[in-house]
Amino acid sequence: MQSKRTIFGNKGLPYLLLAPQLVITAIFFLWPAGQAVRQSFLREDAFGLSTTFVGLRNYRALLDSPEYLGALKVTVVFSIATVVLALGIALMLALAVDRMLRSAAPYTTMLIWPYAVAPAVAGILWWFIFNPAIGILPFVLERVWGYDWNHNLTGSDAMILVVVAAVWKQISYNFLFFVAGLQSIPTSLREAASIDGAGPFKRFWSITLPLLSPTTFFLLVVNVVYTLFDTFAIIDATTGGGPAQATTILVYKVYDDGFVGLNLGSSAAQSVILMIIVMALTFIQFRYVERKVTY
Amino acid sequence: MVENQRWLDIFAHAILILGVATVAFPVYIAFVASTHTSTAFVSGTIPLTPSTSGPGNYGNVLSGGVAAQMSVPISLMLFNSMVMALLIAAGKIVISIISAFAIVYFRFPFRILAFWIIFITLMLPVEVRIVPTFAVIADLGMLNSYAGLTVPLMASATATFLFRQVFLTIPDEMMEAARIDGAGPMKFFRDILLPLSQTNIAALFVILFIYGWNQYLWPLLITTDSGYYTIVAGIKRMADVVESEPLWNYIMAVTVLAMLPPVAVVIFMQRLFIKGLVDSEK
Repeated sequence: MQSKRTIFGNKGLPYLLLAPQLVITAIFFLWPAGQAVRQSFLREDAFGLSTTFVGLRNYRALLDSPEYLGALKVTVVFSIATVVLALGIALMLALAVDRMLRSAAPYTTMLIWPYAVAPAVAGILWWFIFNPAIGILPFVLERVWGYDWNHNLTGSDAMILVVVAAVWKQISYNFLFFVAGLQSIPTSLREAASIDGAGPFKRFWSITLPLLSPTTFFLLVVNVVYTLFDTFAIIDATTGGGPAQATTILVYKVYDDGFVGLNLGSSAAQSVILMIIVMALTFIQFRYVERKVTY
Repeated sequence: MVENQRWLDIFAHAILILGVATVAFPVYIAFVASTHTSTAFVSGTIPLTPSTSGPGNYGNVLSGGVAAQMSVPISLMLFNSMVMALLIAAGKIVISIISAFAIVYFRFPFRILAFWIIFITLMLPVEVRIVPTFAVIADLGMLNSYAGLTVPLMASATATFLFRQVFLTIPDEMMEAARIDGAGPMKFFRDILLPLSQTNIAALFVILFIYGWNQYLWPLLITTDSGYYTIVAGIKRMADVVESEPLWNYIMAVTVLAMLPPVAVVIFMQRLFIKGLVDSEK
């Protein structure tokens, strides 16, 4: 690993400097993660009095459990819907801003501030707007299409609510990175294509989009991580995973089974599965993204 | 721009205006709701224009005692959130910058191991290991304390990597010159590295402040004493009881107050914010 050509000779000092970071990591990251792995192989009785080693039974029980497979399906639907919408809308806005000369800066300022809004707060905002009794959107839906919106009863309504809140929050982030990506595409390429008679759409498909692919790929990974973990707050603050588990994503189920259901073995096994997913995503990010970003 | 195409420009403006409006829409609705009396919501739909009860509503939530579920003054929650955000941001930066200094400017046994241990924190978001981490905090007696709110969130691989990158771009000659002049490692760190990383520290501070302010699950779990509630986690506690007695005007006033500090940071420190965001993802 890279370091400096000349270095300081002190023996003890580097350990002292690293100590706070390593101590916090050991106590609050490694130890709990180790506990999760250990507990995932154990079964505890309801009073926490005795534990027995059950091998992989917690994992097997998960894969046989319709609730867990349901949460998996909910997670896939939620992630795909959120990622596609958040990326698509952000790309459209970034392309539009990229055409602007003088008005690019004010538009940018007015589009990026939702990054600072906490996911929980974003959830509350949309929860209010979609409130079945007094919300503005259910009112419009009722008047215009005669649709009776109720995310407390209808699973698909609840899913739409959390997707909208999650997308609204994430657009600003994707927008900033798409704008940066677009700016790094040399104008000469687009000019050359233009001289060759390519129209705006042709230029987008055959020049902008391919050259933007490193940014898109990077954002894809970041957004998937966002939908898997950071959206916990949106769901907890709005639907609480309901109705009837319609918005219980995997990370919410870990929390629900662990703290509410007190099923520690199962919750720990779910934690371990999620850790493996994050590790895979982090690996993909560092293995492929770093290399492709430099073009 | 490659060539002038009037209709494309108009189309682009239309998309942007629609985007800006969509982004602002929920916050506008929340703001409007926060300026009405609670009777305004009984009639059926949310009013769409502001009214005059705003100052009164904000005054009431800030001082507390509006209703049973809102007895904690919001000013206290704002204070707690501020303490939490500042401590997390400052703590992360201090801890990470000295680790990066150790990793780049020293060579010692287990250096690579230390690097990988720090790297692993990236793969263990708090949501994933929530139950055992909670147990650790409870065993250490750190529930309901500022230490419990902040210390566990202070380890940061991202910040360490960022400072490592910054240090690697600082020419070796700087350090050689400092050593010839007789400067020890800590003097070199204080008088050369810190001033050179000033902008990076500021940019990172902006991002980490927002990160700390917006924490939700962590404060929700480890604070049961209302004296330590933070505002983002506090909203949920108010909203939970809301179905029985919807004090929407007050809840939305709290929501607006909860977004104000981090949004102000993004708007007024936009340059640092963008730099911090891009830096920390490299």
